[in-house]
Order: sequence, then C-alpha cells, then structure tokens
Amino acid sequence: MKVLDQSPFGVSRRRALQGGLAVAAAAAWPSAVSAQGSGPIRIGGTLALTGPLAQTGIIHKIVGEFFIERLNKAGGLLGRKVEWVLLDDQSKPDVTRTLYERLITVDKVDLLMGPYATGSILSAMGVAQRYGKILVHHTFGIPSLAKYDMHFPAWPIGFNPERTVTNRVVDTLGDKVKTVAVVTSKFPSVHFIALGARPVFKERGIREVLFLEFDFGTKEFGPIAARVKDANPDFLFMGAIGLEGNQLLEALDKLNWTPKNHFYTYPTPGPLALSPLGKDALSFTAYEDLPPLNQNPEAAEFGKAFTQAANANKIPYPYVETQGGASYSAWQILTHAVRETKSLDDKAMAAFLKKNGAPTIIGRVRFDGPNNYGDDLMRIKQVQNGRWVIVHPKDVATPGASIVIK
Amino acid sequence: MISATLLGQSILSGIFSGCLYAMLGLGMTLTWRYLKVINLAHFAFVLIAAYLTYQLVGKNGWHPLAVAIVLTPAFFALGVALQALIHRYEVNEFASIIVTFGLVMIAEAGLQWFWSADFLKLEAHVMRGTYEIGGLFFPTGEMVMSLVAVAMCVGIWAMMRFTWLGKALRASLDNPQIAASFGIPNRRLSYLVAGASGASTAIGGLFVALLFTLAPSQMFSWLGVVFAAALLGGLGSPLGILGAGLLLGVSEAITMAVTAPAWAPVVPFTLLMVILLIWPERV
Repeated sequence: MKVLDQSPFGVSRRRALQGGLAVAAAAAWPSAVSAQGSGPIRIGGTLALTGPLAQTGIIHKIVGEFFIERLNKAGGLLGRKVEWVLLDDQSKPDVTRTLYERLITVDKVDLLMGPYATGSILSAMGVAQRYGKILVHHTFGIPSLAKYDMHFPAWPIGFNPERTVTNRVVDTLGDKVKTVAVVTSKFPSVHFIALGARPVFKERGIREVLFLEFDFGTKEFGPIAARVKDANPDFLFMGAIGLEGNQLLEALDKLNWTPKNHFYTYPTPGPLALSPLGKDALSFTAYEDLPPLNQNPEAAEFGKAFTQAANANKIPYPYVETQGGASYSAWQILTHAVRETKSLDDKAMAAFLKKNGAPTIIGRVRFDGPNNYGDDLMRIKQVQNGRWVIVHPKDVATPGASIVIK
Repeated sequence: MISATLLGQSILSGIFSGCLYAMLGLGMTLTWRYLKVINLAHFAFVLIAAYLTYQLVGKNGWHPLAVAIVLTPAFFALGVALQALIHRYEVNEFASIIVTFGLVMIAEAGLQWFWSADFLKLEAHVMRGTYEIGGLFFPTGEMVMSLVAVAMCVGIWAMMRFTWLGKALRASLDNPQIAASFGIPNRRLSYLVAGASGASTAIGGLFVALLFTLAPSQMFSWLGVVFAAALLGGLGSPLGILGAGLLLGVSEAITMAVTAPAWAPVVPFTLLMVILLIWPERV
C-alpha cells in the first residue's frame, strides 16, 4: 500500500493530488477571480459617436445604455454589476483598432462589445483575435471577411446575403417586375451586395437595363438621376448607405420622375421613411418595433424606452429598427453566453455560442455555419404612411400591411 | 449611345453644381489671396448658416429671404471676429490651416450637440418645383442658387475692378507699407474682406439648407472640389472661381453621364494637376 501511495517520482499521492489541485486552481485563477470578483464586470467597446457614421452610432449608444441599465436593475451578471466602457472611434477603423488595444491592455476590460459598421468591426476583430477575446458585434456587412472563430454577428444576414437577400426581394416583388436598374455606391458593404444581386436578377428573369457605380460621398446625383430616368426601369435596386437613397430620389424628383418600385440596402431609416419621396421604398431589416416581433414584455419595454430616448436625442425616426434590433441582440448574445457558461472565459463562451446559438429579440440566431454565420433572418420592409412596416415573409409581416407593387 | 436629352440634362446639373462650388468658394479664395488666411472654418460657417436656416425656416416658420437678411450681417460680423483673432495672435498662412481646422472640429461638435448627428432635411415650400423647357428640367431652387452665385461673383469682380476699394485692396496686397503711406487702411480693408467672406457663407448656407440634407459630418463634403476650383480659377479671382467651378461641375456631370459615375470625383483633381503642370504660375 505504501508503495502504491508513492508516485514514480517519490512524491506521495496526497501531495501529488494537492499539487495537481494547486496547478489547476492557478490555471483557472484569472477567469475564476474575474467571474467571482466583487467589482463590476467591465465590458469595453467603441461606437462611432462622431464622424460620418454618428447618425447610427447614437442609436447603438441608446440601446447599450438601456440594456446595461435594465441588466443592472435585474441584478447584473454573475451577481456583479455591469459597467460599459464606451469610447468614441470617430467612425474611423484605424482609431477603432487603437481603442480596442487600449480597452484590453490599459483599461483591462473583462469582455468586449463590438463597434458599429463593417470597417470598424473588422478592425476590432483583428485586435480581439490577437488577444483571444470573444467579439459579439452589431451590423457587420460582409460575412466572407469575418474569419475569426470567436466573432459572433448579431445581425443575422446569413453567409451569402447578396444572394439570399436579393432572392427575398424578388420573391417579394412577384412577377410584375421585368426590368431593373442597379445603381450602387462603392461603399464596400453595399457594393458587394449590389454586385451579387446582378446574377440573381438574371437567374430570376429580370432584365438589367442599367448598372451604375458611384463613389461614396457623391453629392451631385443629377446626372445619375438622368440616366436612371432614361433607362426607365420597373425596379430601382440601389446599393445605398445613409442618405444616398434620398439624394437620388430628390434628383429624380427634380426631373419629374418617380421610380415605380425601389429598394435601398442600408438607408438611414428616418429621412427615407419621413420623406414623401420615400413612399413605398423597400429595404431589408432584422427587426422593427412592430407586431408580431415586439410581442413579448422585454421587446415591448425596449421599444418604449428607445422611443423616449430617441425623442430626447432628437432622432427623427424614434422607433427601433434594424440597427437598434441588432444592437440589442448583440447585448443579449453576450450576456446569454456569460449566464449559460457562468464565467467570463472567452473560449468557454465562444464554444457555447457556436454550439447553441442564442435567443434574441430578432429570433434565435445560430453561429454554426461558415464564418460563424447561421440563417439569414432578414425581412423585407416597405415605407407605408411614413413608417417602415414588414411586408415579407408573411409570418413576420406587420398586421394589416401588404406589399405595394406597381 | 447617349441621348441629347440625357447629355443636356447632365450639363445642366453640372452648371448648377459649378455655381454652387463658386458660391461656396468665393469667400475662401478672397481671404486666401488677400488676407493670406486659408480658412477651413469657411465650410463650418456655411454649415452653421445652413443649420440656422433649417431652424429658422423649418422650425420657426421664417421666410428664407428674412433669414438671409438676418444671417448675412451676422456672418459678416463672424468673419470680422475671426480675422480680428487672426490679427491678434498673428496667425500666419500655414498656421491658419491648423487654427481654422480646430474651429471646424468645435463647430462639428457644437452642431451635433445642438441638432444631433442625424440627417435633417428642410422641407420648405419656397423654391420648389421644376420648369420643363425643350425636354430639359430646370429646378427652381438650383436656378435661383445659380443666379445668386453668378451675381455674387460678378458683383465682387466689378467691385474689385472698378471701385476705389478694389484698387486699394490690390495695392494693399502688392505692398502694404507703401499702400498705407498713401492712406490705405490695410487693417480695415482686411476686416472688410473677412466680413464679405463671412457674409458669403451665410448665403451659401442658406442654399445648402434649401437644396441638401444636413448632417454635421458633411462639413468637408465640398472641401476638395472647392479647393480645386479656387486654385484652378486663380486665387482671389471671383470670375476665375466661377469659371473653374463651372468647368469642374460640367466635367463631372458629363463624366457621370457617359461613363461610370464613380469616375467623377477624379475629374477635378486630374484637371487641377494637368493645369498646374502646363500652367504652374496659375497658383
């Protein structure tokens, strides 16, 4: 027995067990201490609070502040309060990269929350990868570029949105549309969708009568409008971000021409919905604060709080839409992973999310496909009476709303 | 094959753009030439005037003409105040870029704080509508803006060319000491130029508010092309900036009409480089 109590190296089994436990405890120490620490859990991230993307950055800020406040009122995470360390990336991917470095190495945050916009998310992803941190992010537009295995997109556009979204648009339009003009900004996340849409239109029997690319930041849309009018398509598919859709519509209006049917990839929601020229405009969305999507207490509370905050911040379209929905989902995904794994361990959370996905106000999102993308959950929305309503697919369509096609 | 109507409409758009470039650049080219101040805050003033127009017309129901009557002297005073600071701290030509860039940053933050970062569109009922002549469409707002821009450029040119004030300015530029010995008040003239430049931003801002959607981040939307127009037209030349603006606007528009519109932004700087290569003394 005594012999059996000795290890081959002359150490007693009890001592070996004690040593082993000590090593295991030491290995687990950082996450155990942070998970059970007494201070707040610090989640660091950046948003475009200034610069050209600030119009949308403010939406994500409102959502994050509401989520954290609500979370803390309910007791926080793992019994600790949660603190959001938010920095302004000025809409610049290079600044974003530096700030995420700072959040990890100087501010020593426990977890990361991704920024808004594809370029900045890509920058943050590189930093997260270098430090082995999980990165949940809001609205990343080019899934094929997201190679990091611990990134988790809250925006469920699927791995091939250029095909899946375009097919959904064509499904929505039905067979009335025979010709299309594809006009696109060269802004990367809208440009690749417009390029990918072209073969889909061809496959679906819709003839392309015009294809135009313009530079992001173009102010003068008169000549582009003249060419669209000249082509006279049944359907205008615009790869537009921000205000570009409005700018083209205003230029077309000056030529006394209105598109019969028109789609915009990433329009700023307020100006297009509130402008008379935006009537019947189509776009795609993950979420709108409308039934049936907002029919649960959490979504209802969120929608109400967002509208109040948006009005206070003078946001012209004070309803939760795709950006706000994706933002809220990102927070839900991150906190779900913490709760379910009962830890702040990045690898454990990533493994859990990859295997199980997460429930969000958008729906259940999965991350088990290529580049951690799951199903394309995007819906088609249309401006009707100054508000975006969901018109396709039918199971999530806004009650009373039906697609207007000319 | 491009249709005549499409080409004509595009050229018309280019003319409107060119007039806007001239309107926005007129004050800047004058201060650059006569005061040796490269005033990036000029674009901040334009956007501040645009937001004030949005507020007064869109929210308070003022007529745009009343806004022009109020804002023009106010921005004249703003231009004078900026020039007084530049004199006070003896800011030189290159330092003026940094100083006025700082003002742009402050202005952007201020606009965002007061009006939010979101896009704002002034839905005014004046200067709406379009006239159709010979198959071409002439939007009222753009036509009024263009007429005002031409009037401003020609008016300033005539003043510089035919009045004592213009002669005094040119003398002051050539040799301030000798000019002063002939009784020319250099300092007061500089305030007049700075004030006129400021006043031009009020008019520019008024039309920017009426014709475009506003966002604080659009401060530099026209910076590159207006700089190109100022250099192409010859610094301090009102007719020069009008001609250069029209050349750039029409070139961009034709590029958009006959090739991929994405090539249009290349046009102003290509033209600028070509002209600087063959005519370097232009600047």
